Amino acid sequence: MSVAADKPSSDSLRRTPLYDLHRALGARMVGFAGYEMPVQYPMGVLKEHLHTRAAAGLFDVSHMGQIVLRAKRGDVDEAARALERLVPVDVLGLAVGRQRYAFFTNEAGGILDDLMIARFPDSLLLICNAARKAADEAHLRDALSDCCEIEALDSALIALQGPRAESALAPLASNVSSMRFMDARETSIMGAKCIATRSGYTGEDGFEVSIPSSSAREIVETLLAQPNVAPIGLGARDSLRLEAGLCLYGADLDEATTPVENSLSWAIQKVRRRGGSRAGGFPGADVILNQLDAGAARRRVGLRPEGRAPVRGGALLFAAADGGEPLGRITSGGFGPSVDAPIAMGYLPAALSKIGSRVFADLRGKREPATVVTLPFVKPHYKHR
Amino acid sequence: MLLKFTEDHEWLKLEGNVATVGITEHAADALGDLVFVQLPEVGATLAKGDGAAVVESVKAASDVFTPLAGEVVEVNEAIVNDPSLVNQDPLDAGWFFKLKLANVADFESLLDEHAYKALIS
Repeated sequence: MSVAADKPSSDSLRRTPLYDLHRALGARMVGFAGYEMPVQYPMGVLKEHLHTRAAAGLFDVSHMGQIVLRAKRGDVDEAARALERLVPVDVLGLAVGRQRYAFFTNEAGGILDDLMIARFPDSLLLICNAARKAADEAHLRDALSDCCEIEALDSALIALQGPRAESALAPLASNVSSMRFMDARETSIMGAKCIATRSGYTGEDGFEVSIPSSSAREIVETLLAQPNVAPIGLGARDSLRLEAGLCLYGADLDEATTPVENSLSWAIQKVRRRGGSRAGGFPGADVILNQLDAGAARRRVGLRPEGRAPVRGGALLFAAADGGEPLGRITSGGFGPSVDAPIAMGYLPAALSKIGSRVFADLRGKREPATVVTLPFVKPHYKHR
Repeated sequence: MLLKFTEDHEWLKLEGNVATVGITEHAADALGDLVFVQLPEVGATLAKGDGAAVVESVKAASDVFTPLAGEVVEVNEAIVNDPSLVNQDPLDAGWFFKLKLANVADFESLLDEHAYKALIS
């Protein structure tokens, strides 16, 4: 077998403000989206995953993009209206102190990136994928520079996820206990001015916190000093988000798949759909609005392979145990430690996408049966009230 | 008993003309917690370098290659039922399969413990 080297191959990778801490904690570092990032710590992916669901996991997600949008004339509604030119979601109706999932679309109705939008009294904060952040920033400057100031932050970003996340963060951070799922507010942590959102990408309750780079290590070390909090790498971040049925850009989402095909129609509010007061007006609106009415020819679905063997991203999907042309493809697949079974997501023709449909995935030349199941694979534990 | 290693991080213990094959502690640590193991069929005749077994962690699948030509005479079903055995005890309870070597003399071409340790250091 080939055993991966411990060191990332490229020395041109960027480092986050927590790089030295990762090394001190014994992390195995890999190249990811241009950054040298911890893929796992000595605890290992499996136990890191289970620890996050049972207690609290701390993730360095400083590689992700943090972009602030302000209206040149000062009225945040103007920035919200402008951003609606690029995303098919209701930004104007987003209340101050709230956050919402969104995606940038292209003229074909495909997805350029998925992101979170948080609204503050005088600005919008966008959190986007590391691999896309430069393109996203350029896209925003191209489209919105007429009326908006666009600023990319260089702060650290951490996620603290799991049932003990609140009890770990609350003693350090002002007024976070009263936050509900998808709330966003400024907070003070150990004297540093931070931004907290009650969200994440694991299916668990928790927070993402933007921290000034100079304070990041001290705050993270203080959080890690609590017995319930363990550092978690990108390996477990991936298995946690897959169990939660959440998409990874570049795998489950890309420029050639639309929000309706992605089963992300829920993220397009009525006000932006046909008949809504601000219907359309975003790239690819014709394609997406037509698909919202008529349905898409293919859909992203959850899949449970029947055996114990994980079926990975890229595996082709077939309707029968023998012969026939491939009808779809697994886009994310692996082993779900909390489910204790292999799990996957992939695209299937609409006729095969119903819950309970049985399909076959190519696994090392054999057809592995898999059943279409409801997403997510684990029950979410978001704090709604 | 004779113990040898391969550059692909397998160990072989020779008794008579049958070699027991497993993966090294270094490989088990690098792979992380295993969640799935697929073993060859008993009776299969394998050439050196053929894929013999597949191991999967949460993150990725890896092939275990046939270290020397031979016939599979026994497999360790215990690691199929509990892949964590490979991580807990890679050199003993976590063995993979037994191979009746086509040519016992080939065993001498493998790495000794000293050479393997030099390889991974």
